[in-house]
Parts: sequence; structure tokens; C-alpha cells
Amino acid sequence: MAIIERPAPGTTLVPALAPSAPAITPARTFGALRRPVATTGWKSWLFTVDHKKLGLMYGATALFFFIIGGLEAVLIRLQLAAPEGKVLNADLYNQMFTMHATTMVFLFVMPMAAGFANYFLPLQIGARDVAFPRINAFGFWCLLAGGIVVNLAWFFGGAADGGWFMYAPNSGPVFSPSHGVDFWALGLQIAGIASLTGAINLIVTVLNMRAPGMTLMKMPIFTWMITVVQFLLLFAVPVITVALFLLTFQRSFDAKFFDVAAGADPLLWQHLFWIFGHPEVYILVLPSFGIISEVLPVFSRKPLFGYPFVVFSGAAIGFVGWGVWAHHMFASGLGPVSVAVFSLATMAIAVPTGVKIINWTLTMWGGKLVFTTAMKFAVGLIILFTIGGLSGVTHSVAPSDTQQTDTYYIVAHFHYVLFGGAIFGIFSGFYYWWPKMFGKMLNERLGSWNFWLMVIGMNLTFGPMHILGLQGQPRRMYQWTEARAGEGFFNLGFWNLIASIGSIILTLGVLFFLINIVVTARSKVRAPLDPWNARSLEWMTSNPPKEHNFDSIPHVNHLDEFFHRKYEEDPTTHTMREVATAEQVLAELEKNADAHIHMPSPSYWPIVLAAGMPVVALGVIYSIPVAIVGGLIMLYAIYGWALEPATAPAIDHDESSSNGHNGHAVGASHG
Amino acid sequence: MADTAVAHEGHTSSTGISNVKLGMWLFLGSECLLFGGLISTYMLYRGRVSNGPTPEQVYDIPFTSVSSFVLLMSSLTMVLAVSAAAKKDDRGTNLWLVVTALLGATFVGGQVYEFTAFYNEGLGFTTSLFGSSFYTLTGFHGVHVTVGIIMLMALVAINKRSRVPGSKAETVEMIGLYWHFVDIVWIIIFTLVYLIPV
Amino acid sequence: MTMHTTEHTAASHGDSAHGGAEHAEHGMSTRGYINIALILAAITALEVSTYYVDFGPLFLPALLIMMVVKFFMVVSYFMHLKFDNKLFSWMFYAGLFLAVGVYVAALGTFHFFLR
Repeated sequence: MAIIERPAPGTTLVPALAPSAPAITPARTFGALRRPVATTGWKSWLFTVDHKKLGLMYGATALFFFIIGGLEAVLIRLQLAAPEGKVLNADLYNQMFTMHATTMVFLFVMPMAAGFANYFLPLQIGARDVAFPRINAFGFWCLLAGGIVVNLAWFFGGAADGGWFMYAPNSGPVFSPSHGVDFWALGLQIAGIASLTGAINLIVTVLNMRAPGMTLMKMPIFTWMITVVQFLLLFAVPVITVALFLLTFQRSFDAKFFDVAAGADPLLWQHLFWIFGHPEVYILVLPSFGIISEVLPVFSRKPLFGYPFVVFSGAAIGFVGWGVWAHHMFASGLGPVSVAVFSLATMAIAVPTGVKIINWTLTMWGGKLVFTTAMKFAVGLIILFTIGGLSGVTHSVAPSDTQQTDTYYIVAHFHYVLFGGAIFGIFSGFYYWWPKMFGKMLNERLGSWNFWLMVIGMNLTFGPMHILGLQGQPRRMYQWTEARAGEGFFNLGFWNLIASIGSIILTLGVLFFLINIVVTARSKVRAPLDPWNARSLEWMTSNPPKEHNFDSIPHVNHLDEFFHRKYEEDPTTHTMREVATAEQVLAELEKNADAHIHMPSPSYWPIVLAAGMPVVALGVIYSIPVAIVGGLIMLYAIYGWALEPATAPAIDHDESSSNGHNGHAVGASHG
Repeated sequence: MADTAVAHEGHTSSTGISNVKLGMWLFLGSECLLFGGLISTYMLYRGRVSNGPTPEQVYDIPFTSVSSFVLLMSSLTMVLAVSAAAKKDDRGTNLWLVVTALLGATFVGGQVYEFTAFYNEGLGFTTSLFGSSFYTLTGFHGVHVTVGIIMLMALVAINKRSRVPGSKAETVEMIGLYWHFVDIVWIIIFTLVYLIPV
Repeated sequence: MTMHTTEHTAASHGDSAHGGAEHAEHGMSTRGYINIALILAAITALEVSTYYVDFGPLFLPALLIMMVVKFFMVVSYFMHLKFDNKLFSWMFYAGLFLAVGVYVAALGTFHFFLR
């Protein structure tokens, strides 16, 4: 049994859970506060730097915002269900679609992917934590602070109302006089810090903290896709940072950036937004590609077809994704040369995406398919994303795109790729990894309901939008009238009603998922160690994993290392036969358990530092002295942070344990 | 960077390079896109003067040349600090860090003077697109220099309390990287903003 | 961008000692740094001279070339990128060239370079 030398439960007054774990008392005060020591209860979550706890916190936050964003969507659909809808007025409708998109993109899909990445990336590469655990905690608190700031606007005179891409000069104080856009810009700025720090952290983790033997081309595919996404974030976030600063300066300090009367070019905002915004699209969908690339092989009982092609096509998507941003601006009068260049680049990016779809299909080809809920969602993704991808190709043709711009056809397209792509992948991940995270399996029967209601609901909601869009219904129009709805098959009223019914079915599907969570949480049945007969390293530990992840760090010899420890090829028949059970593999690891494992210690500073940021944001909007107070809170936190070592110093440990120089530290640095 | 024995042992890194240094380079790569955006905004808007003075009317090239030269030389003193820290020469490190901070402060002081002079000549933050984008770009750079000065002074304070010579060598190197980056951004700004006329 | 995964034990004696060894290998002496700084100063003087002396058609390309030379001298020597692990170069230049690429393209769509 490994001894984790970190602040044990309580101090010496409380008997430690593991009798051999030495009690730790913070000997020194760093900055102003002693180290937090709780390992259970709410404090252990608030001050944690454990990547798994942070992953769950990311997930819970994202799920909360998913529900908020979903309710906003339902309100939109109720408004449009019948002619001259009265559910929302025009102003509230503008806020609703803006916040629906903002919430879903920045506060659900991105943090949910960050949650999965946080939880599973270190496990998949055989690490005990990320490279900078405190920065990791700081990132989560920034995300939460950002999400709160964006949504606070609802209570301070109305939320942002300029659409999620907030085009200038419409986002200026003249056309959007409430403080909604200010909250939006500053909130996203804070959430952006989470993405940037997370990107640096995870890239360093992947490059530096892989288990011995795990070369880059032996990394699980989910880790690969997350790595590509982190590079996209690393380089895309600063661009939106610039754009948001310009917007904030314009709105709060009367700068001229988007003031057309002063000679400004509103296209500047569009360029900055989409230079960020197009990589963002891949930031949203690549994690889900990674998830289903894990799920499909497991439930096809075959290795992933063409692993290097999936890796390199992912990287290619990430790279080409930088050269296509202006296809969002074909209708803005860029000029024929620009349009032709970006049109070609956009067609090119369909190629690596197609490569992935072929690989997934061939992974399933000839496999012994097991249709668990996770697998259903994965297959659902392939089909729905392909539909969305095909309508995407029609956008790349500029003349056709000019007709489609700002119609419901666009809405249909991006919901097929984002709902059918990103969100289906995330749900696949829920069902696949739930036993790993919570030690219990989500109910498959409820899961089936969840899946089918979501598939039917999503196709009923977004399918008709293709027709609505090609008939010319503009997006963001808050009412439609019977007089202009058209007749017969193309009657707008009929298809709007169908879409609204679909959104209710979709909501029911999500409701089944929430019920499933509750039912599973109440169930007493523990998940088996290796419920899916999985292939990658994150399954080579207990459910849920111990705080230090692995008793001993595994030496990796294969892609799909866990599978290769369980199965060997029979030399005569050339079939795979089981040589060890998951339990035996784990027992083997435990036998060589490291004696001393130094985990990074909890800290107050990440949450204190992040808490200063919303104060600064509110100060910028309402009163500069408040911003200064926020700044002082942050300075204080940085001061405490800088003086506090990432790992509790030897003096905090018992004399006996600080001699353990043969132990493995987590490899985490000052962060 | 962590100054305990515990943090050092078993420093297992797949690439053999330090986490902090890799993280710093990633951060600097990211900063390229931040300053790129600000510089592009300035380049697009520098000639758009609907109101107030034009760049040629306010820029004082001899003055800015001197402050640019000061910042450039602070890169030399910074690299000497890094070099001294690597040799575990704490006295030399502290000396060069202080000199670097002073040169940086001279630069920031020059910028404050420049902003005041421009403002008095009629170029405010809200005067024109040129004014907004000029102050935003150079202001962002100035904030970066100021953060660098604070880090340098904090480092000197920590270094003086440290009992192990050279224990902060990696921190000195990291802050050095940041400092040089701020310098190279100014190399670009000096040419694109000041020397090339509209 | 392939790397060998090696269990790294050499650095286990502390970052400072490791860092020290690293610098010694690079062989940049104080003298060398001062030389670089002198060259940088000379280029800067030349840059500033364009304000006083008419360089004719050479003006713009000369200024840009001098800017780029100064930039890479600081990056290569003062920031050690020339001597350091290639991974650092990859990370930094990825950001740098991406920034140049997208922003030049964006300015291009404004017909910035045709004026």
C-alpha cells in the first residue's frame, strides 16, 4: 500500500484513515495563510489541486450551464412555434439567443471538454497529476467566475444581446445600451484565462509527464485530440482577448475602434472574432472526436483503424483550421480574391474530416459490435456529424453561401455539427467513463431512452431548419407572420412547429439523462473494475482512481497498453487470447507500488486569485475604485502564491518519511 | 523553482526539459498572437485621423530612439543577470537585476512622459482611431514592462532572503525570457509604429 | 516533432545545478553578450539614421530587414533559443509564424498592402 505523503485527514488529533500515512502539520505560514489540510468535506473541494476533483468540478459546472442554455433554447423554440409568438419580446429574444449560444459554446462544451481532459488526460498518459496543479485549480475558478459574470447581466438590466459573435458596431453602446455586452466581454475574458492556462498546463503535461515508454505515437487518441485542441486554444484565445479588450475599451472608455463615424472598419471585429472563432469550432468538436475514437474500438472489439491517420488528420484539421476564418464573412464584401482563397481552404478542410469518418467506419467494419449507450452515441455522432459536415461543404461554395448566410440553414448546419458532433461525443463520454469517475455504471435502459429521444428530438428540431433556411427564414428573427409563411410542403409554420416539438423531445431526452444520474447515484451496485473490456491506461487503476492514480507508474510498450496486458496473440491461430484479467493487471501494479508518493498540496491561492477577477470586472463596468480593490485582492493572492511551494516542504512531513528519496514525486513543478 | 528537497526528487520529465521553461515558451508563443492583434489594429488605423494630430505631428523620434535604446540595453543586463545566476553568483545576479529594473523603469518613465506630451498636443485616447489604437498598443506593452519590473524587484527581495546560492537560477531565467520577449515586441513596435511613416 | 521518452534521472539533483550545467554548455561568455548588444546598438543607430538620411527606395525594406535581424538576434542569443532544446523553438515559432500569417492575411483582405 502506497503511502501518500500529503496533508492527511485532520491533524494528529484525528486518527488518520491510513494508519501508516504520516500526519502533516503546516509548519510555516506562506504569505498570510497556512496551507489547507482538509481531505474530505467542502474545503477539500474548494482548495483542491487534484486534477480528478477539478475535472469533476468542471463537469458539474458545465452540466449546470448546459441546463441553463437548454432552457434558453426551449424558450426560443416556444417563441417561434406559432406565428407572432408572444413568449418573449424582441429585446428578451435577442438576449435569449445570444446567451443560449454563449452558454453552450463557452460554458458548456468547452468546460465539459476541459473536464474530461483534466480527469482523463493524466490517467491516459500514466501521470499522477498535471504539470501545474495550482494553475489548474486557478483555471477552473476563472471559468466559474467568468460564467457567473456573463450571467450576472440578467440581474443587472439585461444580458448581452448582440448575438454570440457580437458584430460591431451593433455591439457598441449606441445599439446595445444595457450593460449586457460589458458583462459578456469581461466574463469571457475571465473564462479565456481558464482556457489559456489550461492549454499551457495540458501541453506541458502531455510533453513532459508521460509514463516511461509512452512515445507520442503510443498515446491514446483522446489525449492526442485534446493536445491538438490545447494548441488551438493557446493560439486562438489571445486573438479573442484582443477583440474583447477593444470592445471593452470602446464601451467603457469611449475608444473609437468600431466607431464608423470616426472612420473605423467594423470588419476588424469580424476578422479578430473569426480568427479565433474558426479554430474555436474545432476546439469544440475535436475532444468529442477523441472520445468516440476511444469508444468505437472498445465496443467494436478491434483496434482503431489507422491510428496514425486519425492522429495526423486531427493535427491537419487543427492546422488548416487557421486558414479558413473568412468563410464566415463571405457576405461582407471581402473581394473576389479573398473569397476564392478562403473558399478553397474551406473545401480542403473537409478532407481530413472525411479521413476520420472513414477510419471510424472501418474500425467498426467486421468488428463484434456491442451497442451500449456509449457506442450508440458514438455511432450517432458519425452519422449526424456527416450530415452537418455535408451542409458545411455547401457553405464553402461562396455563391451558395451568400444565399445561406444568416438564414436558418446555417443554424441547421452548426447544430448538426455541434449538437450531433460535440454534444453526442460528450454524452458518449459520460456513459463510457461514468464507472471510472464514480465507480457506478449509468443505467443502460434509461440510457437507451436518453439516446433515442435525443436522436429523434435533435433531427426533428434541426432537420426542418434546412428547409426553413432555404426558404429564406432569417436567423435571429423574433417573430414570423402567417401571411409570409408560404404554402404546402414549404410552409414555414408547419416546419417551425415541428422544430419546436423536436426541442421538447430533445429536452425529454436530456431529462432522462438527469434522471439516470440520480438513479445511478442511488444505486448500490458497484461497477466492475473493467466493465467495457477497455484498452487504454485510464482503466488500469481502481474505480474511481486513487488520489495518486497509479500505485506504480506503468511502463508502456504498446499503443492500447492495458489491452496488451490482458491479451496476447496466439502464435498458432493468430487470435487474441486472454492472459490476464483486469484485476490481475492491477494486482501486478500494486505489487511494485511506490513507497513514497509526493502529491501536490492543496492551496488557498487559486480560488482567492480567481475571486479577485469578477471584482475587477464589476469595477470596470460600474466604478474604477472597485476594480482597484479587485486588483489588490489579486496582488495579495499572487504574493501568497509565489511564496508557497507547490508541494508541502519536507519540514511538514514526519522525520521518517522525508528520508524517502527513492520515491517518485508527481513531477509537478512550481505552478 | 520550488525550493524544497521534496519537490526536486524524482523530477521525471519525458523530454528531459523543465516544465516551467516549456510553459514559459508556450506562453510567449501565445503572446505573439496577442501583440500581433494589437499591432495589426494599429497598422490598420494609424492613418485614420478624423480629429486631432497625425502620427507625424506628435512623434518625437529622437526621444523614442533613446528610450528604445535603453530598453534594448536592459536585455543585455538581464542576460548578464541570468548568466550570473547560473554561476551561483547571487550578488552579481541581484546587481544586474536591479540595473535591469532601473533601465525598465526609465523606459516606462519615458513612456509616461511621451503620453503626457502627446495628450498636451491634443492626442487623447478617444480623439481618433489613431489615438485609441496607439495608446492601446503601447499601453499594453508598457503594462508588460511594468509587470516585468515588479517581478524583477520581487525576485531581488526573494534572492536576498535565500540561503542557497543560485537557488533561484531557473526563476531568473524565466523572468529573463519574459523580459527579452517584451524587448523584442518593442523592437517591432519601434520600427512599425515610429520609424515607418503612414 | 518526435521525441524519445526517457526516464530522466539526471535532473533529480535539483533544478539549479541542472540549469547551471546547461548554461556552461552553451558557451556564451559575458564578452559574447556584450558583442551582441553592440551589434544591436549599431543596428538601432542605423535604424534611427533613416529618420535623418533619405534612403530612397531602400527605406522600407532596409528598416524591415533590420527589425527582423534584431528580433532574431535577441531571440537566438539572449533568449538562448539557438542553443536550447528544439522543442522551445517549435513552440515559440509556431506562435510567431502563425501570428504573422493570420494577421498579414487579415490585413491583406483590407487591401492594406496595396495602399
